[in-house]
Amino acid sequence: MKYREAEILVVGGGPAGLSAAIEAADRGAGVLLVDEQEDPGGQLVKQIHKFFGSGRHGAGTRGIDLANQLASKAQKLGVQLLQGMSAVGVFDDSVIFSDRDGSLFRFRASRGIIATGASERAVAFPGWTLPGVITAGAAQTFVNLYRVVVGQKVLVIGSGNVGLVVAYQLLQAGSEVAGIVEMRPEIGGWGVHASKVRRLGVPILTGMSVKEARGRDRVEEVVLCIVDQDGTPSGEERIITVDTVCLAVGLSPRIEFPQWLGCRMGFSVSLGGYVPLHNSVMETGVPGWFVAGDAAGVEEASTGIEEGRLAGIAAATSLGYGKGTTCEEEIREIRESLNELRSGPFGRERKRAKERMELEYETG
Amino acid sequence: MVTLPQQRRILDHPILGRLPDTHECTIVVDGKPLPARPGEPILAALLAAGIKTTHTTDRFSQPRGLFCGIGLCSDCLITVNGQPEIPSCITPVKDGMCIETSRSTR
Repeated sequence: MKYREAEILVVGGGPAGLSAAIEAADRGAGVLLVDEQEDPGGQLVKQIHKFFGSGRHGAGTRGIDLANQLASKAQKLGVQLLQGMSAVGVFDDSVIFSDRDGSLFRFRASRGIIATGASERAVAFPGWTLPGVITAGAAQTFVNLYRVVVGQKVLVIGSGNVGLVVAYQLLQAGSEVAGIVEMRPEIGGWGVHASKVRRLGVPILTGMSVKEARGRDRVEEVVLCIVDQDGTPSGEERIITVDTVCLAVGLSPRIEFPQWLGCRMGFSVSLGGYVPLHNSVMETGVPGWFVAGDAAGVEEASTGIEEGRLAGIAAATSLGYGKGTTCEEEIREIRESLNELRSGPFGRERKRAKERMELEYETG
Repeated sequence: MVTLPQQRRILDHPILGRLPDTHECTIVVDGKPLPARPGEPILAALLAAGIKTTHTTDRFSQPRGLFCGIGLCSDCLITVNGQPEIPSCITPVKDGMCIETSRSTR
């Protein structure tokens, strides 16, 4: 088993992990970042749309470009990036990783930052295991990254931002989108995304749910049912002929790693489920371990970047790097920026949830 | 340099531009040769050829294929060079690979 030591170990190379590594390395800390994918950037590498928001949060930049910018900045600052390795366990003060061939590595560090991101949720219905039922992330990966058509005619389930964006990206790739199905009476995502797909003729079918996918050895048609406010089927059905169903029904924080560590967890519906409790600089209850990004509650890439920066600064400062007052000032600015990002009807809810998690952390 | 002949490649994309040409390699899928782009996941080559099933389940012989696309869900496991349970969505293609889709993964 190969062994390596670092001052700070970052687990996960998405926007949060890379940003944490950059801030820590910029202050002089030795940083080792380990990521399970072939290339750094996490889910940014399949985001070909421009982000919204202000310029300082990477708005106007496509995710794929942002991934490259962050990765090259980290490399320039001396962060060691190890790709293609998954964390498989924590023993005493060591984290064990496995590469694709099953070789094991033991890494030890004084501080750790968990930036493991989120995983996609699914909905189960008869036929959901048929080839042709895929997640929104799978569609993005295969269409935007590997450039293959995942379906000629696709039905998207879920009208949150992910569903709306993936529908648009499927159209860009030449697929037909038969519709976006939303169980609730109103569209889940931003109006700007919804208008874009509607202008291109994609119907958003609110108050409907998927009842069944049918087909012999692949999806051939989908049965939808009309549901009332509580999601109870009315009995009225509609059959749509498609070869692909794309599930965009939300994300949950990937929390196996903090659970191995024994982090105290809190539950929040608006943050996607269980999250490791953390304070205002992303410290978990386990000494020396920080958390950032979707693993600390599902939000946006922009908030992930800011949380990563907080964790990176806090971890480096705790090792004696960086000047105290400058760091305090920077932390204050990032906190303000996070407040800005957590405004609006969607953000406000997450802000309240984050505050509740911090309170639980402090009072625990 | 060859441009891959498959119908299900996104050759032109409004944001990403033209799919770069690449040297083609060949994998063998259920005994038949199939062109692939070196380094792409096995499943990308299969989907480009319209093959959606990666294995069938042991007990009920139900077909399975792409689901999560990031190596987490184990729906797209496939047999490669006689070795079962290889996640086809994250395992890169290598020239001459021998793939079996029709059988169960065990």
